[in-house]
This record gives sequence, structure tokens and C-alpha cells, in this order.
Amino acid sequence: MDWFFNFPDMSRSDLREFKKTVDFAFTDFSRSYGADIESFFDPLLMFLVWFEKFFINTPWPLIVLGILILAWIGSRSIPVVIGTFLSFMLIGYFGMWEDTMSTLAIILVATFLCISIGIPMGIAMARSNKIQALIVPILDVMQTIPSFVYLIPVVMLLGIGKVPGLIAVCIYAIPPIVRLTNLGIRLVDKDVLEAADSFGANYWQKLFGVQMPLALPTIFAGVNQTIMMALAMVVIASMIGVKGLGLPVLRAISNQYLALGLMNGLAIVVLAIIFDRVTQKFGLRMQKYRNDGKD
Amino acid sequence: MSKNDILIKVNQLYKIFGDNSNEALDLVKDGMGKDELLEKCNCVLGLNNINLDISKAKIQVVMGLSGSGKSTLIRHLNRLIEPTSGEILVNEQDILSLSQKELVQFRQNNMSMVFQKFALFPHKTVLQNVGYGLAIQNIPVDEWDERAKKWISRVGLDGYETYYPGQLSGGMQQRVGLARALATDAEILLMDEAFSALDPLIRSEMQNILLDLQSELHKTIIFITHDLDEALKIGDRIAILRDGSMVQDSDPQKIIMKPADDYVSDFIKDINRARVIQAKSIMTPSKSKSSGATVKEDMVLEDILQIMSDAPSKPVTIEDTKGNITGKIEMVNLIEGMKRPESQGTNITG
Repeated sequence: MDWFFNFPDMSRSDLREFKKTVDFAFTDFSRSYGADIESFFDPLLMFLVWFEKFFINTPWPLIVLGILILAWIGSRSIPVVIGTFLSFMLIGYFGMWEDTMSTLAIILVATFLCISIGIPMGIAMARSNKIQALIVPILDVMQTIPSFVYLIPVVMLLGIGKVPGLIAVCIYAIPPIVRLTNLGIRLVDKDVLEAADSFGANYWQKLFGVQMPLALPTIFAGVNQTIMMALAMVVIASMIGVKGLGLPVLRAISNQYLALGLMNGLAIVVLAIIFDRVTQKFGLRMQKYRNDGKD
Repeated sequence: MSKNDILIKVNQLYKIFGDNSNEALDLVKDGMGKDELLEKCNCVLGLNNINLDISKAKIQVVMGLSGSGKSTLIRHLNRLIEPTSGEILVNEQDILSLSQKELVQFRQNNMSMVFQKFALFPHKTVLQNVGYGLAIQNIPVDEWDERAKKWISRVGLDGYETYYPGQLSGGMQQRVGLARALATDAEILLMDEAFSALDPLIRSEMQNILLDLQSELHKTIIFITHDLDEALKIGDRIAILRDGSMVQDSDPQKIIMKPADDYVSDFIKDINRARVIQAKSIMTPSKSKSSGATVKEDMVLEDILQIMSDAPSKPVTIEDTKGNITGKIEMVNLIEGMKRPESQGTNITG
């Protein structure tokens, strides 16, 4: 009756053997291919470094001006622009300018990467139920697996640095854009698609002329979520060598610097709010034609 | 009707929704009904042996209650739905044999469609909506732009080119739908309950617009409706569907005078017969002139009644459009004509 009270697990030596095998296999793999994979990501690294340097080296008034213009184009709202201005002034005044620029650079590159991979994935999922059934569980895993767990293989493969950080951020941030692109396309009114069919539109004409434009507000909600999640990953990414606002936070945790942690944490919050408001207002404006009722 | 006049020919068309549709097809051909089929094969019988000839430049109405298969039938004509078995010929070409590429061509050039719920593109302006059928044929913008504007003005929407569909009323939206369908210059126009979602006044107005356009354009129109008044107003010929089967296909007058079965009788029992039955349907053939007034053979009973009430005992003379005398009508014919006919079958109600 022993098996009834104690789970009949595998013997300790077998388990050790099993873990060892997996670890060695992966170590071997990263030894033989790590360099190749690293050089595969070189262009990405160059892009990221260039982008970060651009942000840090450009004189701050120009950056602020550029950000304000973008905020205006996105939101068309004076309060949002004023809020953005004050936020960046405070960030700069409290000496967090350089870190903020690094964070901004990695967030933008990660978002760009997520969009360029995520939207085509979403389109493929919307086209075929089989692809959807294949990708949904992968997305589920990506969203629920503790991020520290995938940091291990990423670091083993690529070491510590910007690129593994970027990859970790992307793994965490890409699911919403994929899901919402798929959802947006699938939610497009069947009647409207039938109309496009009846006039002899082909797949691509339907996709780019009808489905994508009508799904755009939903897709944009996905972009917004992706940016938010990328920002949330900043602290964890700093553990594997990504510079930016996350690093001081990490230092604050280990040394119990309350003020340092609060300041940098709040700077991340402020960035998140600005991104969120600007993209949401932009998303709303995109579907303006829907709300224009007759009077 | 000579053979050349027929533009669309539907032969033994069956549509069964569900898995095992081929197995179910044999059962249906052996005479199994809709309910039994659903129970036995879990298949829904959409269309059951439909045979229909549609003449060129005429308005063919397809009528039936909801679920009778009329929308399914019209979607077979441009293959938005694929049949289980059967043949559809358009201009003597079997459209079921078209490849995907040819089908796209066919839809672009030969048929266009107007939808019950308008199905306009909400993100495109009126102008872009109307020009859609042309734009996807890769016709340059400045060309389709002009053609689209012409049709917008033809349906009376001048000045609304830059509006979005959401800014227009239902009636105006369907005018856009109509203009969009006409803009491709397709010979065949499919109208799926096109006016059913509109309120009665607007519906009547749209019917007039359609008849007005038709007198000029001579399209072949397949018009789906569940409204008999609408069918009688615009149809050159009316086909009635029930549970996926064709019950009757004839000219409108015959539907009213000689309903094929109780289902059709039920359909026509509430119409104002005096306003739709024409002289030619109730006259007694005769070559000689009668003592009363002379009227055209397509005059409705209500108007003849007006004329005859002045001199009830004198029969009126009926002449055709060319002025030849074709018959006469007496008061008793009028009363007889307004009475509801007994159908051929036994009369069951409920």
C-alpha cells in the first residue's frame, strides 16, 4: 500500500540522469549553434544600438519636441500633449533622461518587431482554423509561463546583453497583437465579405481592402497592449543586461533604496500612460466613421 | 418564349447542407422530405430539384417564406453557395465548371448583387462603395470615379459622394447598394430581399426607382422577396418556393387566378384583388365590340369597376395594347374575379 500514500515517482538517480541529459543536450546545442544564432541576431543588435544612440545623442529639446509632435499627431488632444511635456520635463529634472531614452529605444524596437511578426501570424490564424488551433496553445504558454523560465535558455544561447533582453520582451509582449489581429479579422461582418465576394474580389483584395481596414481598431488595441506588456517587462529584462529604467529599480530592490525605486518605477508608469493615451486616442479616431451617426 | 430569350437556366438543382450530403441526396431524390431528412441524416434540405428558366431583360421574382430557400437559390447563381448537384447555365455557359479565376471574372463582369442588409463597406465613402466593383478590376481611379459618380447621380444621391454609409438613412444606403451593383454594368442583377429592411414608403419609392431604371436599362433581374405586393408590382414572372421546392412559376396574373396549391392560396389571400387583377385575366374572349366603354387589357378591376358603375348593365370591351378587341367583361365577371379562388387541393387552414 506504499504507492497509495507516496506518489510512485521515478528514482532520484533516474531523475538526476534525466535532468542532466536535457541540460547537456541544450548546452551542446548552444555550444555548436550559439555563435551562429548570435550572428543571426547581429543586424537586430546593430539596429537596437543605433536606435539607442540616436535617442541618447540627440539633444533633449529636439527629442521632447519630436515626442510632443508625435503625441499630437496620435491623440489630437491638448491635455495629452501638455501631460507628455510635463512628464518628460520631470523625468529629465530627476536625472533619469538617459535611462528613459534607453527604455524608449528597446520598447520601440520590441514593438516594431512584435508588429512585424505578430500581424502576419494573426492573418494566417484568421485564414485557417487549423493554424489557429496550432498557434493558440503556443500563445497560451507564452503568456502564462513565468518569464524567468524562458530567460534561462535565452541566456544560455545568447549570453547576457541587449538581444536576449529584446527577445525576452518580445516573447512576453507578442501574444496580444497576434490574438487581436486574428480576432479583428474574424469579427468583420460576414455580409460585407459576401458583398466583396459577389463583386469578384480575390483573397488579397478582400484582406487589404476590407478585412484589415475594418479590423484596424481591434488590431490597434493589440498594439496598445503589446506596448504596455513590453514596458512591464523592462525590469525583468534588466536582469539580463538591458540598460534603462529597469536597472535602477533592480538596484533599488537589492539595496532597499526606496526613493530610487519609486522614481524609476514612476517613470515607467508615466511612459506607459503616455503610450496608452496616445495610441488609444489614435485607435478611437481610426473608427470615427462608425460613430458618425445621422443627426 | 423562344429559346434565345432565356438567359439563365437552372436544371435539377439540389442543395443539402450538412455532412454526408451525397448520401442524403439519394434519399431526397427518392422522395424523402425535409423533416425526415433532418431527423435521419442530420442534413438540412436547402433546395429540392429546382428548375427555373429566367428570361433576358425581365424581372424574375422568387418568393417564399423565410427558410424556403430563396436566398440560397440566388446565391447559387453567382456561386456564393456551391450546389450539391445540378446545373446552372448562364448564356449557355455552365457556371459550375468555372475555375476560381474564371469565377472571379464572371462575378466582376456578369452579375452583381444587392443585399438585404445593404452590406456596404462602412470604411469607404459613398463614392468608393459605388466604385468598388470597378476598383477591384484594376480600372484606374479617374475612370471609375467618373462612372461611379454617374450612377450616384442616377439614384439621386448627388452631393453625398464623400459621406460614409453610417451617415445615411436606410433608404439612402440601399440606393448606394443599388448604384454599386449597377456601376459594373453587369447584365444580371441579383437582388436579395433588397427592399425588405426599408419602411413601406421608402420601399415603394425604391421599387419605383428600380422600375424606372429597368425601363431604361433592361437588365435581367432576379428579385427575392417575401412580400407579395412587391412581387406583383415589379415581377414579370413569379416563382414561389416552399421548403426548398418550387411550388409554382408563372406570370403574376396566373398566380392570383390559379394558385397551384394551398400554400400559394394562403400567400395570396390577403392581397387586394381588385387592385392587381387585370382585365385580360377575367374577360370572356370575343372579337366584337360590346355596348359599354372600351378599356385596355392591363387595366385593373378597381378601375373597370369605376367605369362600369356608371352603366352596370353594359359590358365593357377589352382591347390589347395595339387596339385590337380581345374580349368583354360583364359585371358578374368582375364579382367572380374578386372572389378568392379555391385551390386545386383541399382547403386546409392553419
